[in-house]
Amino acid sequence: MWSIGPIGFTAPWLLLGLVLLPILWILLRAVPPAPIRRMFPGVALLLGLTDDETQTDRTPWWLLLLRTLAIAAAIIGFAGPVLNPKTEAAGTGPLLVLMGGGWAEAQDWTSRIDRVDALLDEAGQAGRETALVTLTDLPADSDLSYLSADAVASQLPGIRPRPWLPDGDAVLDWFAAAEGRFDTFWLSDGIEHDWRAPLLDVLQDHGSVTVFESPRAVVGLRPARFVDGNIEVDAVRNRVGSESVIGVAAHGLDPSGTPRRLARFDIDMAAGEDVATGALSLPAELRNRVTRFEIEGVRSAGAVSLTDDSLRRREVAILSARDEREGLRLLSPTHYLEQALIETADLIDGTIDDIVLANPDVIVLADIVTLAEGEAQALEDWVREGGLLLRFAGTRLAGSDYGRDQEDVLMPVRLRAGGRSVGGAMSWGEPKALRPFSPESPFFGLAVPEDVTVSSQVMAQPDPSLAERTIASLADGTPLVTRKRMDQGQVVLFHVTANADWSTLPLSGLFVQMLERLAVSTRASALSAEDLEGTVWTLDQTLSGFGEVMEAGALPGVAGQRLADAVPGPDLPPGLYAGENRRIALNVLNAESSFTAAVWPADVPVEGFAVQAETPLAGIALSLALVALMVDVLAALALSGRLLGTTAALLMVGLLGAPGARAQETPQEIEKLLAATSEVSLAYVITGDARVDQTSEAGLRGLSEVLFRRTSIEPAAPVGVNLEMDELSVYPFLYWPISENQPRPSTEAYSRLNRYLRTGGMILFDTRDASTSGFSTSTPNGRRLQQLALPLDIPPLEPIPGDHVLTRTFYLLQDFPGRFISRDVWVEAAPEDAERAEGMPFRNLNDNVTPVVIGGNDWAAAWAVDERGSPLYPVGRGFAGERQREIAYRFGVNLVMHVLTGNYKSDQVHVPALLDRLGQ
Amino acid sequence: MSQTGAQPTAYAGLRRDAEALAAPLPPLLASAEHLAASVMPGAHGRRRVGQGDEFWQYRPSHAGDEARMVDWRRSARSDDALFVREKEWQAAQSVMLWLDMGQSMQFSSAKELPTKAAEARRIALALSVLLIRAGERVGLTNLGMPPRAGQVQLMRLTTAFATQQDEADYAVPDLRAAPFRSRAVFVSDFMGDLEPVERALTGAADRGIDGAVLQVLDPQEEAFPFDGRTIFQSMGGTLKHETLKAGDLRDRYLERLAARKDALRRLTRTIGWQFHTHHTGGSASAALLWLYTALERGH
Repeated sequence: MWSIGPIGFTAPWLLLGLVLLPILWILLRAVPPAPIRRMFPGVALLLGLTDDETQTDRTPWWLLLLRTLAIAAAIIGFAGPVLNPKTEAAGTGPLLVLMGGGWAEAQDWTSRIDRVDALLDEAGQAGRETALVTLTDLPADSDLSYLSADAVASQLPGIRPRPWLPDGDAVLDWFAAAEGRFDTFWLSDGIEHDWRAPLLDVLQDHGSVTVFESPRAVVGLRPARFVDGNIEVDAVRNRVGSESVIGVAAHGLDPSGTPRRLARFDIDMAAGEDVATGALSLPAELRNRVTRFEIEGVRSAGAVSLTDDSLRRREVAILSARDEREGLRLLSPTHYLEQALIETADLIDGTIDDIVLANPDVIVLADIVTLAEGEAQALEDWVREGGLLLRFAGTRLAGSDYGRDQEDVLMPVRLRAGGRSVGGAMSWGEPKALRPFSPESPFFGLAVPEDVTVSSQVMAQPDPSLAERTIASLADGTPLVTRKRMDQGQVVLFHVTANADWSTLPLSGLFVQMLERLAVSTRASALSAEDLEGTVWTLDQTLSGFGEVMEAGALPGVAGQRLADAVPGPDLPPGLYAGENRRIALNVLNAESSFTAAVWPADVPVEGFAVQAETPLAGIALSLALVALMVDVLAALALSGRLLGTTAALLMVGLLGAPGARAQETPQEIEKLLAATSEVSLAYVITGDARVDQTSEAGLRGLSEVLFRRTSIEPAAPVGVNLEMDELSVYPFLYWPISENQPRPSTEAYSRLNRYLRTGGMILFDTRDASTSGFSTSTPNGRRLQQLALPLDIPPLEPIPGDHVLTRTFYLLQDFPGRFISRDVWVEAAPEDAERAEGMPFRNLNDNVTPVVIGGNDWAAAWAVDERGSPLYPVGRGFAGERQREIAYRFGVNLVMHVLTGNYKSDQVHVPALLDRLGQ
Repeated sequence: MSQTGAQPTAYAGLRRDAEALAAPLPPLLASAEHLAASVMPGAHGRRRVGQGDEFWQYRPSHAGDEARMVDWRRSARSDDALFVREKEWQAAQSVMLWLDMGQSMQFSSAKELPTKAAEARRIALALSVLLIRAGERVGLTNLGMPPRAGQVQLMRLTTAFATQQDEADYAVPDLRAAPFRSRAVFVSDFMGDLEPVERALTGAADRGIDGAVLQVLDPQEEAFPFDGRTIFQSMGGTLKHETLKAGDLRDRYLERLAARKDALRRLTRTIGWQFHTHHTGGSASAALLWLYTALERGH
């Protein structure tokens, strides 16, 4: 291969063709572009005009240069240029390529594989036998099986990093059994392990060792913990050299169930430190959604820290019946509940509808009996999807017929009328104590204090299912707490009140423990081995070596005590383990993990991963030639005047491909929005009927000109708005002509229209039929208007009253004509209680801009002007017609003034001036 | 060729030619009617007292009014005065059209644009429809067709518009058939020599004719979007101009066009006519509305 500098040529003789270029230059120069013949009546005006500069009828030099370059590029391309041609040779003898295969290598996995590929290429060229061993997946037989380098290279795509680190003992055992001489290329993860030095010794006994290491630091996240209301996450790294900033993102599901990044924060690592802490403060709602923390830009299992229930705080909604007695806090039905839960749960309140939407973990109903039909249904659905409904009895429940004759869905048992009272002034017996909890009860094991007594309770009907539903009972066997499971959720009823009226239970520590057992509240601390004793956990989600979270599939359960302080390995993969009502995260790093950088002896050469690859340049040179020829086509067309604007655009689109054309849309849209926001522009709805749209455009242009001339509003050119695509909020005013066959906007478009109307936009609907229908269905446009406006959030309407602010925002008007004169123009109705004050010419009307004005006077046609400002459509006849057009303009001015200034003119401050102008 | 064999062929040929001839008529007239409908139709009065059918006003009678002129019904409703009923003066006007039928009008720069001739004919015929509906008399100077009223005249005009064609590249206006003190409308692109136009206009002014000039231009004639080495030809092929860099001529061409428009405007203003430029891409109804009001003005 012949080469100049870093570029070599595979077929250098072809380069002799470059000698021909000067000849080509002379040949091409003599052929000028041909003229075009054009029919053009204006030629009479051209006669006698001479060209300014006498241009030679030869090809211009730059076009020649372009063509020569194209040919030169083609010649060079075919000569086969190659950047960085390979010339060096490799060693001899068997070769062992050793990869760690742990998660610490995942973050630069691609460059590792590329490096191994390059090593294998070299080995293949040198004819060396090769073996590839990954330390996390040691071969079953203890022999190094050598293959040709090609065969080894074909295994490479199948190797994936594991989400754990190699097991040192197994590795040393395996290599102790290796025999024969071989050289080793060791692709190290750069972390110091206790088995690294012994392994190096073993390998050096067999031959030379070369180490490849990434200069990038290996970083990882320890499990997140909850400290003082903040989430704290530690980041660790193996190279402590410089200071760096590690970006950590919290991922989770958003309310619509889509996984997305919920928050991010930076962890600053000072130079020389291998661990640093970052804190993140999140609202409870958001914090509960976090499923994992991830170091940004690093793909490895160690850079992911899964979160489990220890970060979660339960959301508890407490609802109680309206309190008749004011200010008696200790008697409030929910006081003790709130005190018990405030430490460990987030309390929310509101109406049932809102609460069910917020989807809390627990809803507490303290002595609430009546639920509206919809509310009961919503609650039931919520319970069936996994909610815990906790109910307390009380005087209302005892006194109502709720759940008497047949079991209510939202009650665990049927109740007997009235309840009972023991140990009071009017009854026999002593207040009852609690019976110890049975082994089936979730409260089993809790100590029952002596002083907890119950003096009143509601009684359950003895049904067949009562026994199994009772989870706590009094000493005489009557149920105190009953529970019913419903699909994935459950309903629990305490047969006493939530305050101390009926029992002393809420005053005791037992109450808090019972709530905890019911998973109403959770403890923030991690579970110890004793807690986990005897439990079985199944892997729910697992981590890949690259840090991707995947469904685990069906795996056998894991005994709880193994999880307590385990190191992940092949038999205990990291991930999220699910138990009965909690989940535990087993992360790659635990709370104490840290790394240090591996230090290699001086006699071991350490290299990086960068490879200078051979790059063939033929493709680049040939495409350069092709591009130059295409430019030549355009240039030749442009030179001969055949290249018109549209053809050029089409050609460019054709050449650059459709993606380029699509990418341009966004900046255009942004420019449109910018233009709309920097100046006021009137907008109309594009109906799809070209004639109507032109009229709307011309009409708004006419109105804009009038506004510009007469008022301080200086609108830009009117804008057509596509309801499906355009942002509406930047336009204060929309003109919407109704045409018979305009398409119905989509649901999204309607939701945006409604938002537009609610946030102060105004739409002028124009049926253009002179309101002959009175907006009933007797004209096609009227019918269409009804169909189009049906999903819109339009308030009650009324014909414009004589004292509406529209009659005086700029001009004093009583008629609102367009091309037609009809008084039938409708606006938002005035409030019922609007009253006219004594001596005032108008009422004090509603305090906002009417969101819609509906009429049929074909205003746009009356406003329409052409480019020269002369009207496009006749209005009326003669002078009266012109007067009508003028009033139409005045209506337009008033309307836009109303949109922009609101009810400013409704202010009574203007009364004296208005009275003066009205001549009263 | 034998007689018997030729006759059916000749009939068929005649029929075919006739149909080809008649083919453009209904669409042209229909399109013109459609255009005319956008401007309010009806007889236009003179807004002054005179001979006519339409009621104009009641005025108190004064000395010299004959007894038969008194409107007794109106007078009976008032206490003492006598009232006279007056009619609005309505008189039919003669409007002469001159339509450029030259070759240069056959130009259109794009497929979706009509030729200037088609646009001019449509507007002129629509104007004729309006005028004839209003009871005016309309004539065509190209054929020396005298002004007449009525639907038959409209059909004659339609035929003339649809079939007439001038061989010359740039047609020359003439107003031979125009009666004194009538009105005239010139529709052309005015791309040819201005001298005859000037002569015709000043001659018309001398004869008390007043009217409007509508220049119809193609958008390309306004823009001159050419570049590169080009040979420009007139539509008839009589004129030719070659340039190596058409782009360099643009400014000077546009200057000349502006100067021409200016000359026409000045000329029309001098003789009390009105001037307007219409582009084939623009709204024909706007041009028609302008023509209509231009003729209405001064009444």
